[in-house]
Amino acid sequence: MAHTQEHHHEHHKETFISKYIFSMDHKMIAKQYLITGMIMALIAALLSLLFRLQLGWPENTFPWLETLLGDWGKGGRLDPNFYLALVTLHGTLMVFFVLTAGLSGTFSNLLIPLQIGARDMASPFLNMVSYWLFFCSSVIMLISLFIESGPASAGWTIYPPLSALPQAIPGSGLGMTLWLISMTLFIASSLMGSLNYITTILNLRTPGMRMTRMPLTIWSFLTTSILGVLSFPVLLAAAVLLIFDRSFGTSFYLSDIFIAGEVLNRNGGSPILFQHLFWFLGHPEVYIVLMPALGITSEVIATNARKPIFGYRAMIGSLIGISVLSFVVWGHHMFITGMNPFLGNVFMILTLIIAVPSAVKTFNYLATLWRGNIRFTPAMLFAIGLVSLFISGGLTGLYLGNAALDINLHDTYFVVAHFHLVMGSAAMFGMLAGVYHWYPRMFGTLMNEKLGYLHFWLTFAAVYMVFFPMHFMGLDGVPRRYYNFTGFEWMQEWGDLNKFISISAILGTAAQLIFIWNFYYSIKKGKKSPQNPWQSNTLEWTAPIEERMHGNWPGDIPHVHRWPYDYSVPGAPQDFIPQTVKDDDLPEEIRQGKVKPAPEHAGTPASETVADKLLFSRFINLFGFKKA
Amino acid sequence: MAEMAGPRRTERRKFAVEPIEFLMWAFMVSVFMIFAGFTSGYIVRKGDGNWLAFTLPTAFLLSTALVVLSSIAMQWTFSQAKKNELGKVKTGMVITLLLGLGFVGAQLLAYSQLVNIGLFLNGNPSVSFLYVITFIHALHMVSAIIALIVIFAQAFRFQVHSKKLMGIRLVTIFWHFLGILWIYLYGFFYFMN
Repeated sequence: MAHTQEHHHEHHKETFISKYIFSMDHKMIAKQYLITGMIMALIAALLSLLFRLQLGWPENTFPWLETLLGDWGKGGRLDPNFYLALVTLHGTLMVFFVLTAGLSGTFSNLLIPLQIGARDMASPFLNMVSYWLFFCSSVIMLISLFIESGPASAGWTIYPPLSALPQAIPGSGLGMTLWLISMTLFIASSLMGSLNYITTILNLRTPGMRMTRMPLTIWSFLTTSILGVLSFPVLLAAAVLLIFDRSFGTSFYLSDIFIAGEVLNRNGGSPILFQHLFWFLGHPEVYIVLMPALGITSEVIATNARKPIFGYRAMIGSLIGISVLSFVVWGHHMFITGMNPFLGNVFMILTLIIAVPSAVKTFNYLATLWRGNIRFTPAMLFAIGLVSLFISGGLTGLYLGNAALDINLHDTYFVVAHFHLVMGSAAMFGMLAGVYHWYPRMFGTLMNEKLGYLHFWLTFAAVYMVFFPMHFMGLDGVPRRYYNFTGFEWMQEWGDLNKFISISAILGTAAQLIFIWNFYYSIKKGKKSPQNPWQSNTLEWTAPIEERMHGNWPGDIPHVHRWPYDYSVPGAPQDFIPQTVKDDDLPEEIRQGKVKPAPEHAGTPASETVADKLLFSRFINLFGFKKA
Repeated sequence: MAEMAGPRRTERRKFAVEPIEFLMWAFMVSVFMIFAGFTSGYIVRKGDGNWLAFTLPTAFLLSTALVVLSSIAMQWTFSQAKKNELGKVKTGMVITLLLGLGFVGAQLLAYSQLVNIGLFLNGNPSVSFLYVITFIHALHMVSAIIALIVIFAQAFRFQVHSKKLMGIRLVTIFWHFLGILWIYLYGFFYFMN
């Protein structure tokens, strides 16, 4: 072995550019995605603060707005057109640039090769191109903030005619063109990434890594990538038709339109067609955002509960179920388009069926936590936070999936509350859980735990304070995307609540600064991490974390002999058995399954009662007062 | 100085499908989804009425014939590469290239036939769909032609032979795919119009 190792340890000269910029190492590309994603998240959050300022204090003037925004903040008031641009850009950046590219790009790149035992992606070159296309598309999207007519303003769903007629509103002009160029590059980047992930997972697994031995993270990245490959091209098709409508005078989405008293020479188009094509991507996109977060949560919860994940195969089944169903439910975004009620019913039933795999996942998380020897690391808190948000946001999905209720609630704050909880915040929590958990894998150091707890509790509180009250506004019929509500008497009563939401949003964003500081500070100054800081079974912790080499393992790639969730196996010398351990190396009794779970082996002190565990002793740890 | 290990030769494994070829198949699935999106949009829009029916340009028959012939030529070229008949490989590539260019030309001819009978891109959506879908297909064809030129250049450097088939294999697969895709599209227009 030593001979072959020496033979193949070639020393390549790495320049700054080949190592940090045009890197083909999946670990470096993951960091590039993460840091770009974090910057985009911060920008998107700041944009949301600007419009929350308007919604919270519609009557006040803020002179500094004019200094900051120029014409868009004239007289200290936010320009209504710019308000629409802010809403649009906030949604676009968060959904695509942060929670699609930032989340999948980071963790698929980091974990796929490491957890399946591969040296790198199937095509490292394509991987690099994918990141740089994403980078270009991010830059183009941000450039639209600096043009005279402002960024795209038709909402992140860019419904025509606002998106199809350059003369419709200021944001329909150059801003919309830049949006389309940026998104075309984004789709190309996302497709390259997804194709690479699928190929790598299916072809480059190390010997012994059967599909049913893969960590659930990898399963979730696989189903996510399959959704991406099947749905993003349809958005591309929709965008191509839109570009033709905007620039070449076709009428795919436009029909008999008067604008400023002038009749446009368009006929025969249907704006509903765009909605069909858009939501055929748009709905799977929701799961492209959420599933990686669910995969990360599975891994973090099992590791930190020191228990095998409950229902491993059911977890895989539900991921596949969610993926399949996500393609046949897009119509629930369109109940009020005058759709045939029979068709509406079909979409409704299919939509409600998604509750089944979602509930399977939720109960499996809870069952994994049940009687576990829980370690409340910051990552674990965020993972549990995800479960909480997934439940509270998911339940309102049952309301909105019902056509009869949706027709009332459509385009109200109820919808805003629903998707921010179940898709936005839940996915963000999954991403944060992933960052805290795999930070040592990326940088070789640990993030500060105390700051992590502070970050979690502030974020968790802020998320509920911001989005929970919105349900009530929505039930009262307050519409989303409105610039202000002062003109409607019946909406006046929500003014104070809007202030509360805005203050909470500022608090929540401020809490992210703690995270960002912790993140950058810990890269150099953080505590050195042990090789396997969370005592996890998966392969990424077998590759040296001190020296993060291209190729991952200095010697041969590790072979796999078991599934990744052998935690607290009765009779085992430790409470975890890494995937690389052979059965032959385990004591005879374990192999024959003769050992009965004894309290000390399950990792639970016998004196602790269930009530103790659930309510008191562990609860104290939540606040980080006691070492977990 | 960090070490760059990279994938090692000793770890080369036998694959049922080479990863790069698998990637090509997955890529073709995503390309197909673009056209599935277009043709579904076509069906949905047609259901709304205000739909102009017209006869398809006859040049499409020519392009269909050319795309079939080019696929045959491509396959022949591939089989010659397997047999190390390097001269015939180059000949086959030239023939395929010409047929491919002929296909794109036939599409342009079809556009001019449409224009001659007064059917423009910015007319009824039934016509616009035809233009846009065939245009996007032709763009893919152009990308395949560029790929073919790249391996044509490789063939001159003796880089295409029985021990180095992956490049030509990928181009051949993609070429057949675009041919089949065209036949699907033509059939779709024929029966839907």
